Amino acid sequence: MKYQIRFTLNGEEQELYVPANYTMLRVLRDELNFMGTKEGCGAGECGACTVIADGRPVNACIVLAPEMDGMSIETVEGLAKDGRLTPLQEAFVSHAALQCGFCTPGFLMSATALLRENPHPAREEIIRAISGNLCRCTGYVRIIEAIEDAARDNGQ
Amino acid sequence: MDQLKHIGKSYTRSDAVNKVTGSAEYVDDIRLPRMLYAQCVRSPHAHAKILSVDTAAAWAMPGVRAVITGEEYPNRAGLYLEDRYFMAKAGDTAKYRGEAVAAVAAETPEIAQAACAAIRVEYEVLPAVTNAVEGMKADAPVIHPELGSYKVAPIFYPKPGTNISHHYVLRKGDFEVASFQADRVFTHKYYIPHVQHVPMEPHGCIARYDPDGKLTVWASCQSPYAVRQALSVAFGLPLHKIRVISQAVGGGFGAKAGTTLEGIVIPLARQCQGRPVKLVYSREDEFINAYVRQGMHATITTAMRADGKILGVHNEFIWDGGAYTEYGVNITKAGGWGSAGPYDIENVWTDSYCVYTNHPVGGPYRGFGMCEIHFAIEQNIDQIAHEMGLSEVEIRRINALCPGGHTGMGEKMDVAGYAECLEQVIRDIEYDVPSVQVSPTKIRAKGIAGGWKSPSMPTNAGSSAILRMNEDGTFFLMSSGQELGQGAATVLPQIAAEVLSVPPHMIAFVSGDTDHTPYEWQTVASRTTYCAGNACKLAAENLRDKLLDLAQIKMGAVKRDLELCDGYIVHKIYPERRIPMKDLALGITFDDGSGYGGPAIGVGTFTLENNINTDKKTGVATHHPAAFWTMGANGVEVEVDTETGHIKVLKMCSCFDAGKVINPALFCAQSEGAMVQALGTALFEELKLKDGKVLNPSFVDYKIPTADDMPELIPKFVEYAEPTGPYGARGAGEPLMVPGAPAIANAVFNAIGVRFTKMPITPEDVLNALKP
Repeated sequence: MKYQIRFTLNGEEQELYVPANYTMLRVLRDELNFMGTKEGCGAGECGACTVIADGRPVNACIVLAPEMDGMSIETVEGLAKDGRLTPLQEAFVSHAALQCGFCTPGFLMSATALLRENPHPAREEIIRAISGNLCRCTGYVRIIEAIEDAARDNGQ
Repeated sequence: MDQLKHIGKSYTRSDAVNKVTGSAEYVDDIRLPRMLYAQCVRSPHAHAKILSVDTAAAWAMPGVRAVITGEEYPNRAGLYLEDRYFMAKAGDTAKYRGEAVAAVAAETPEIAQAACAAIRVEYEVLPAVTNAVEGMKADAPVIHPELGSYKVAPIFYPKPGTNISHHYVLRKGDFEVASFQADRVFTHKYYIPHVQHVPMEPHGCIARYDPDGKLTVWASCQSPYAVRQALSVAFGLPLHKIRVISQAVGGGFGAKAGTTLEGIVIPLARQCQGRPVKLVYSREDEFINAYVRQGMHATITTAMRADGKILGVHNEFIWDGGAYTEYGVNITKAGGWGSAGPYDIENVWTDSYCVYTNHPVGGPYRGFGMCEIHFAIEQNIDQIAHEMGLSEVEIRRINALCPGGHTGMGEKMDVAGYAECLEQVIRDIEYDVPSVQVSPTKIRAKGIAGGWKSPSMPTNAGSSAILRMNEDGTFFLMSSGQELGQGAATVLPQIAAEVLSVPPHMIAFVSGDTDHTPYEWQTVASRTTYCAGNACKLAAENLRDKLLDLAQIKMGAVKRDLELCDGYIVHKIYPERRIPMKDLALGITFDDGSGYGGPAIGVGTFTLENNINTDKKTGVATHHPAAFWTMGANGVEVEVDTETGHIKVLKMCSCFDAGKVINPALFCAQSEGAMVQALGTALFEELKLKDGKVLNPSFVDYKIPTADDMPELIPKFVEYAEPTGPYGARGAGEPLMVPGAPAIANAVFNAIGVRFTKMPITPEDVLNALKP
């Protein structure tokens, strides 16, 4: 049986019919071709599929598709507007806060949610916010510095 | 040398914008029309004879388009030792728990999975080898009875009738004489378990067979040309009928070197002509069925003079190679090459054995054996210093390999920055200043370790590059040196930019397509900046040469007086005489309308000259078997909680001699990542194996470092130019990881006085050791 779901994705209305056992990740990638959200483990352990749902970061691989009904969902594709990167994206570029890039969308979404909630987080708060995102390349330091840099740009 | 304009500058990554916008395309992001999905049936036994494989029920299921078994594989393949089919055959044996025995392609992943469940395989369980030391014994079950008939590169020596697929021997000097002359002789043993690379992107592959016989493979691989070669051998296909495309690769660390899952997809695609077939590993597959880092048992016997001079070492390394060692034999050799560490030791004897076991397949992992052997070498040095009442710093100073000294294999080193790197980290970690204690139950202390690595690649490994100039003065640099995250797509254009005197952003980097980008042996071995970098530099010089030839005619000047400068060809003596480089992109057009000499294209090929194999009998170098040696050191500070056993790494300092750092920001980023990856292996990471079964194939049970584990990181470098490197550069990505784990183990000893000779050092280990 398929469920009707209506939600907004990066500000645009979506209406779909999806099987109950599909995940949000599968809907985003396979039904809607939003490939920026990555699958690293499929079990909610690595954070590569982090999106912002109703303002909070979630692992899209462990949210069932019917739960998406009524949600407001943001993916990495929704960050840059009219070809302009967000200050956080700019900071990731200038700090070389990425290497292979596979975990990067997930980190950006976790950090974007953090900075909206808490525009001037302490380092410990940044670390807590990204502790569910695994990165094997960078050793994390540049990611943390990029988030700190973007937070500084948030003004006082 | 003239002032460098683009080398040594921290340009932003050329791939960064696509990666921060989610636009970089990885294999799993590719959607092709009418694509099918593959799944595998895998052996539930560590070692079993396959009696029969019944696929009838799978074939009968709606939506199933292809079912294959081991019968599809006519030839064994492998990088150095052709010891594997891509799938176990009926009548033969499945050699590890997880080995593919059948596969299905179907309309959906769910149908493929259901069809796999319907395939019936009959096994006869055989006794398994689950310990490499046991596996060497005469009465051990033999995993590869046909070893003697396998095709092998002539520098490896399998022992048919045993599980030993390579016995590496080094006999430099005479260790027995050294130990006779020694004041003291020490023997220490270590064990390094299997670990997994854990690239964040699991392996993926799509294959499509066109009706004209052309096979196109999209693979998340480090080395499209090596994949093409392996597929050609395994399936008897000519190379011009195979096209391997590698786009964005989500981390490799060696796991995506050579060939892994590609071979499973090809026969499925052949049965479904025109329809692409996709296989993407699950995280569980990644832990079990991608490569793993081999386990290793080390015994080091050291002959010491009373003043701290090492007179000789005798190393025994026993590598747990797993079910197939097509790649592992070379790690075993690399372990032998590096077995003296960055020290000048006159007498070095090493026996390094690659042993088949019924464990997951061992393969290259960042460091290629060096992380494993240095966990032993660098603790051994500290242990000896401690037992002889010497300082850990002094013993390293006394024995450090310095310019003019000799490696363990006997190569004379003209350049060696180890001693300076060691002094730098000693300063940065303030090794002479005791740690400030903050709590009686949280003991802080510092540790140091050194390390080195050379590429252990075939001595004739080749690289090539093509540089095309466009009509507007922009360029395409085409190379198959792959961007894995390490920065190749930024650094290689910087090298070409330096030669051409144009900003790097004017050069688009194109890679990863065997039909279009030129040959590159592999993106492994920390060889890309050096080998592919040399090819890119040569291509740029070739193009420059051609442009200057044309400029002579156009400008009525002599070539020797002309140079490229900021997009122009400029007369050195009369700099006002200049023409834009782009005016020569299509050659010259004369007044009568006739053209000459275009379009502008440069070609560069690089094979290191006189890179000669070691002596077959003794393993001693007559010339330079290693392209270069990259050396450095780490200094760390840890805090050991004596109540919980928890070890926190507070600070890690790194210094390496990278020859010439092309992009300092990217070098430091590599260094930071390497230190934290080493921290993971030192403290958490172990693939837990029981009777051949991986017990922890998930991130819940196999922990890698998170942001919370990150210590303060101080990455530094020194620059003693590599004579054969592009602008003096040598590779660094792997060596940077080598000293981290032993430095942490040494610091833990300095904190609580307990020596851990096995990693990871877990809270449980610490608490057990501290029990009164």
